[in-house]
Amino acid sequence: MTRLLAVDALWFGLIVSVVGGIVAPIMIARGKRLGQWVTIAQAAVYANFAVVTVATLAMMWALARHDFSISYVAQVGSRATPLFYTIISLWGALEGSILFWAWVLALYSAAVVYTNRNRPGLLVPYASAVLLLIALFFHILLVGPANPLHLVSPIPLDGPGPNPLLQNHILMAVHPPLLYLGYVGMSVPFAFAAGAMLAGEVASDDWIRLTRRWTMLAWALLTAAVIAGMWWSYEVLGWGGYWAWDPVENASFIPWLTATAFLHSVIVQERRQMLKLWNVNLVVGTFVLTLLGTFLTRSGIISSVHAFTQGTIGFYFLTFIAVVLIGSLVMVAGNSEKFRSQGQLDAALSRETIFLLNNLLLTVLCFTVLIGTLFPLIAEAVRGVKVSVGEPFFNRMTLPVMVSLLFLMGIGPALPWKHGNMNDLKKKMIPGAIVAMILASIVIAFGSRSLYAVLAFAFAGFAATMNVQEFVIGARARQSAHRESFGTALVRLVKGNRRRYGGYVAHIGIIVSAFGIAASSAFRSEGEATLKPGETLTVGTVTARLKEVWGREEPQRSVIGATVELVRDGTVYATLSPRMNFYPTSQTPIPTPDVRSTPFGDTYMNLMAFQPDGSNATVKVILEPLVPWIWIGGGIICLGALLSAWPMKRVA
Amino acid sequence: MNWRRAAWASLAAAPVVTLLAWGMTRDPNEIHSPLPGREAPAFALRVFAPGEPPLARTVGDTLTLGRMRGKIVVLNFWASWCLECRVEHRDLSTVARQMTDKPVQFIGVLYNDVASAGLDWIQGMSGQAYPGVLDPGARTAIDYGLYGVPETFVIDGKGRVAYKHTGAIPAELLTLKIDSLLAAGSAASAPTGPVVP
Repeated sequence: MTRLLAVDALWFGLIVSVVGGIVAPIMIARGKRLGQWVTIAQAAVYANFAVVTVATLAMMWALARHDFSISYVAQVGSRATPLFYTIISLWGALEGSILFWAWVLALYSAAVVYTNRNRPGLLVPYASAVLLLIALFFHILLVGPANPLHLVSPIPLDGPGPNPLLQNHILMAVHPPLLYLGYVGMSVPFAFAAGAMLAGEVASDDWIRLTRRWTMLAWALLTAAVIAGMWWSYEVLGWGGYWAWDPVENASFIPWLTATAFLHSVIVQERRQMLKLWNVNLVVGTFVLTLLGTFLTRSGIISSVHAFTQGTIGFYFLTFIAVVLIGSLVMVAGNSEKFRSQGQLDAALSRETIFLLNNLLLTVLCFTVLIGTLFPLIAEAVRGVKVSVGEPFFNRMTLPVMVSLLFLMGIGPALPWKHGNMNDLKKKMIPGAIVAMILASIVIAFGSRSLYAVLAFAFAGFAATMNVQEFVIGARARQSAHRESFGTALVRLVKGNRRRYGGYVAHIGIIVSAFGIAASSAFRSEGEATLKPGETLTVGTVTARLKEVWGREEPQRSVIGATVELVRDGTVYATLSPRMNFYPTSQTPIPTPDVRSTPFGDTYMNLMAFQPDGSNATVKVILEPLVPWIWIGGGIICLGALLSAWPMKRVA
Repeated sequence: MNWRRAAWASLAAAPVVTLLAWGMTRDPNEIHSPLPGREAPAFALRVFAPGEPPLARTVGDTLTLGRMRGKIVVLNFWASWCLECRVEHRDLSTVARQMTDKPVQFIGVLYNDVASAGLDWIQGMSGQAYPGVLDPGARTAIDYGLYGVPETFVIDGKGRVAYKHTGAIPAELLTLKIDSLLAAGSAASAPTGPVVP
């Protein structure tokens, strides 16, 4: 019953996407009964949203009811798994994640059409047709190679349950949906760009304004997703790190970089009528890179901890990427004359220059990470050898660029458009330079001899001061002009130009995260020991004492844990319980580290080994300064993006 | 629309698509097992599912590799919670039934599962021609470097791993592997040189 409902819904979605994504735009282009076909295209978007929602809810229902006659449920379900993890296993494996993807896309499409329902012109009808074409691809996957709804016979009594790594932490409910929202959200800017070209509305700046706001939304969600992913990796994988340059991590980072570049260069287009062709390329590139990222994860082309099981789906994705890539290149190149810049660069010292440098660096970073990720493939194609590209390559290649970006982040806000004045800039830079020097000395005093660590702290301090200074200068100016208190002036200043100050808030968020990353990389210390109950291990300022080793049976797993007390001057000030979870379908135990967080940093503890009789346990203690600030920075970035992108109320 | 420029630009897609298409032909998870060509790890596994005559074994008996010298052993790791195992199950039983007159021993090793679930599964799948054995603590699975289920090892008459298959094994492939081993075996044991009457 549930299965038939979902199957029918998906087939109906396929038909609707064909009507709205292929028939409607052709009829609109021919110009016959224009109004009618525009309405049909709109209705198709809503109908698609309705049916995919039905299919997704049906799948969740089937998961919750343990309906093992449905292949996807039989693949990821298990009676022993808690209800919560059962339902979120919707995105735990390939087929379900494609269904969820289709739903997120349908949601975005409906939101785009709804928020622009009264907009005249053909931009939105064409854009919604492009979104339905993308939806059509996912519908083909869902009735074809990624069909989650095959009938299983005989019906199994129970299933293996989701991948143990995915049912071990609450962040699995947060990271994947955010990632889909961010990733799929990049389809909207692409649809607007393609729609503008199809509708011949490239010259009007309407589409770029729409695109900016939707990119901002998707970018904020992608940022949150990447940081939630780092957090998950930190809390679950037990190695005390949060980023390993894994191909799939890179796949989420690469389009983030081009989207970031676009969010900056689009300002130049709006202000100075420059970089139009560059911007449309960034929009298209970001979308293609999200598809490439998905292809890398879903096709099994590159091995990674994240990779899903492979099948024929890679072939479909490759075809789709080829179609999108060729289609976009043809459209952009064919229309390139319409993207001519009207403005030009006036002076070397200006905000435009910093934006250009920022774009250059972000693009270099993007290519570096892309090449590093694809290099194993290239090397095997050219030389026939299997190689892997690891952290040393990425760290060495990307750190100089990242540190330079931090520096630019400080300079940019301080420079005016068109012509900058060196003397003004120097004056503005004094407080930032002082903070930078203080921080550099502190870092050196703490014993770091790494050039990049020192530069990272110095430039982060510099950029933070420069961005905060913009708020102070602006508020001071208002204060004297309007006779307001500093607080009122600050609030009104931000309200008056949320786009700009939201951007500075996002900068501050990036800098806060950068501090966390720099500190935890440069000043990490760790120790490992096998302890009998009562024995202690000291790492830096932390002394850990093993109290006991315990075990417990849970319906879906067995748990072995160690209770470890943190002691100072003979008194216990905290207790940590790192564990190992044993799932029946996994050969290796899944570690569950325990973390004590303070604003100054984390005490991270992992259970490495234990004696079955509880006579001893091996624990690893890692001290990671300022790590919580990485997550807090992520929150600040999203706040800034929201502040910047929240629709303005029109003042009458 | 400038079609000439558009055509040139679209050529830029070619290298990317070619590289990815070529990548599709590779399997990055293909882990070279050191086992093929080497001596198969020894095992002693207790029968929990008898199988059907003539291949049946008594429940509770222990099957050891050592006592199967001279026979080709097909060691198939499976579990009741494994969907892929359903795909190959009928094929495995069919090939086993076709080979009853040949020196071939099929064994199904239940992996990370309980005997009762395994028996229910066999019944639900309308039987299994060959005996099923238990692998407590997955020791044999570890010895064989099992990556997941299903996985099938074909061991030749001299006790060496001749072939390893990851994922559901198709009947034709399995038959081919066994037949070629049988042919090689009979060729090796056939008398060489002139036959003296």
